[in-house]
Amino acid sequence: MPPRKLPAVDAVMVGFGWTAAIMGLTLTDAGLKVLALERGDWRDTATDFATTFDQDELRYYWRHELFERLSRETLTIRNNPSQTALPMRHLGSFLPGVGVGGAGVHWNGQVWRFLPSDLKARSHNIQRYGRAAVPADMTIQDYPVSYEELEPYYDEFEYLCGISGKAGNLNGKILPGGNPFEGPRAREYPNPPLEMSYPPKLFGEAAASLGLHPFPHPAANMSRAYTNPLGVQLGQCSYCGFCEKYACGNYSKASPQTTVLPVLMRRPNFTLRTGSEVLKVNLDSSGKRATGVTYVNARGEEFEQPAELVILSAFILHNVRLLLLSGIGQPYDPVSGKGQVGRNYAYQITSSVNVFYDDKILNPFIGAGALGMIVDDFNGDNFDHSGKGFIGGGFVGVVQTGARPIETHPTPTGTPAWGSAWKKAFARDYLKTLSIATHGAVMSHRTNYLDLDPTYKDVFGRPLLRMTFDFTDNEHRMSNFLTDRAAEVARAMQPREISVNYRKGSWDVVPYQTTHNTGGAVMSADPGSGVVNRYLQSWNVPNLFVLGSGAFPQNAGYNPTGTVAALTYWSAKAIRERYLASPGPLA
Amino acid sequence: MATKVSRRAVAAGGAALTSALPLVRAAAETIRGGVPWREGAAAAPRAVTDLEGYLYFTAAEAAFIEAAVARLIPTDELGPGAIEAGVPLFIDRQLAGQYGRGRRWYMQGPWAEGLPTQGYQSRYTPAQMYRVAIADIDDAVGREVGGATFSQLAAADQERVLSRLETGQLTLRSTHAKSFFQLLLQNTMEGFFSDPIYGGNRDMVGWKLIGFPGARYDNRPYVTRYGEPYPLPPVGIGGRADWGAKS
Repeated sequence: MPPRKLPAVDAVMVGFGWTAAIMGLTLTDAGLKVLALERGDWRDTATDFATTFDQDELRYYWRHELFERLSRETLTIRNNPSQTALPMRHLGSFLPGVGVGGAGVHWNGQVWRFLPSDLKARSHNIQRYGRAAVPADMTIQDYPVSYEELEPYYDEFEYLCGISGKAGNLNGKILPGGNPFEGPRAREYPNPPLEMSYPPKLFGEAAASLGLHPFPHPAANMSRAYTNPLGVQLGQCSYCGFCEKYACGNYSKASPQTTVLPVLMRRPNFTLRTGSEVLKVNLDSSGKRATGVTYVNARGEEFEQPAELVILSAFILHNVRLLLLSGIGQPYDPVSGKGQVGRNYAYQITSSVNVFYDDKILNPFIGAGALGMIVDDFNGDNFDHSGKGFIGGGFVGVVQTGARPIETHPTPTGTPAWGSAWKKAFARDYLKTLSIATHGAVMSHRTNYLDLDPTYKDVFGRPLLRMTFDFTDNEHRMSNFLTDRAAEVARAMQPREISVNYRKGSWDVVPYQTTHNTGGAVMSADPGSGVVNRYLQSWNVPNLFVLGSGAFPQNAGYNPTGTVAALTYWSAKAIRERYLASPGPLA
Repeated sequence: MATKVSRRAVAAGGAALTSALPLVRAAAETIRGGVPWREGAAAAPRAVTDLEGYLYFTAAEAAFIEAAVARLIPTDELGPGAIEAGVPLFIDRQLAGQYGRGRRWYMQGPWAEGLPTQGYQSRYTPAQMYRVAIADIDDAVGREVGGATFSQLAAADQERVLSRLETGQLTLRSTHAKSFFQLLLQNTMEGFFSDPIYGGNRDMVGWKLIGFPGARYDNRPYVTRYGEPYPLPPVGIGGRADWGAKS
């Protein structure tokens, strides 16, 4: 049966998380008739995340209630092109969301701006360290947009969310207590920092004693009640310790639900359709114009949804897959280096140092997603990389997200994983242990990419996405350097003992790391080196925009959501002010 | 403007056996005019209320599980272990429900061995994994120790068998020893430290062991009380047993 054709809309958005919420605000404000298609369900705070049951480690983390159902669709994974990719059969290394709000429901709320030099990773590093600093297979490139251009949009997102933090660089003036390495910001954070619990306080004191520059982690967890510019209210965080992998029942963590949806959902020119999974973007016979999308509902009925403007606003992995399934752009080939779609997939590299005390009760269950003290002295190009054999960096700090007891088993190196000896060590150390985390950048590389799997299929019989990824020498050297710096702070904290957990070997899908997948639909200054232009507009199909971290040419040493949101505002403004007046290529 | 919700399809999740989790909703709805609100629609958890007998494990499997979890988290001088916490029943109810059937897992072939970095590649669901692995372990033990099963071994010998599973030194006929051991250890920890509504962590013995206060809602008064013991006893989603007692 052919798909039933529905009445046309001005704009259709595929996926309804952070980027669609922001884009939907602008497009409806411009008077467009906007439809969002979301394959998951409607979810809202009072109904789905109530404080009476949201602090449930088994249900939400270990049974994946808020995450994607891999039984419908997963991806295949391998470390390099010589291996055969196999399906990720259950979740591990990263945790994409499903349903209204997307991963913006279960994130920690760690909101960062990239450094000005992060956005010029190629030219900046070559200029400072010479051509040899960027090996031939390291396929990094500059973002085609500058920090100065993005600053107003970082600001807009921080005020939408009510970020708790302390400015370190206000219009070029370095302020005490903030991050002295950050790019200049036009105004203070909308809310003061969260109150520090004991573990981040101890880290901050030790880091300062070593001459480093500790500051509070910028947090989408509210340090006080806040009303955002849309008039939506959030409440003060209660430090319950269930942010990451959980939804907030207390309206204390910024999410699409707690910042945008009460306003957007009321607009008469906005419609949301849930349970609606987009199968492909349709093109006209020229292949240069999108005519809309085809989607299937929960009963298996197919619909053709015509639209003047198509916005891909799903998670990066789905945006890239939809491009490949729709035949838009040229798939990347790692042998010839030709093609753009799927190129420059990157991730994050993390490690940790556990710090064990005998004499300090830390109450590590008191937490919030971004409750932490951080040093940025070793991020990006904030330090001299001469002779180190790597570029890039990451932040180091203690972020006390909440020590949930199935997940968090800090025991010293050499402790058995079970039995009386394990039980004794865990009972002794649980309340008296903290963990210093490192959060490192991943540069793009010739053989790290996304394409379609030749063998495995989703529930509709479509090819799965195939991820080919491994850490390179650059990442390992950089991460080891960060880990050694973390260990120095750990020793300065004068504990009973520490255990140093380097990130060793190949990327492994099993242990949770981060949901900071990037690249594959890279933004670029010219059509040959990316999928979208500086306004996130498809080079091939000008009425198609691709949002999200897929646009990152390589990943920086920060959580991606701040930059994802800033790029969305930047794109939305260009659509509103230039594209709608004269639809066509913006760059 | 009134919120409009039109429902195209509802409740495609199907009937589960005894599940500790809500049914998977799969609705196609058109929502406009505001945030939809439905009375009595809270996505509350499904508690395990039937605490008698096994639903999934056979008698032989139950004997293995009761012996194994007692070694993984023993009852000792520090207090209750996995048995007192109700871990065997917790695992049984998990395996009898959606988790046991791998409802969220990708379980389409072809099947290949895979590399350790590629994670779980067994064709067995968690419930099937327990069934074949326990039979294989009892079979292997029987061949080594003249017909005995795992549960009939002395505690120290059980520990030795578990260590050989953990390191992969014991070869199982149908599956990988390490894969099963990791699953068993993970599920045991879940049963010891999850909220008591799922049938494990009875009397919150796991939380009491380490000092975790449970589903506490508001920690604001304690954030900056550096170094002080947390003053409140643990509480679960269902409250505390002594809340029902007269004071």
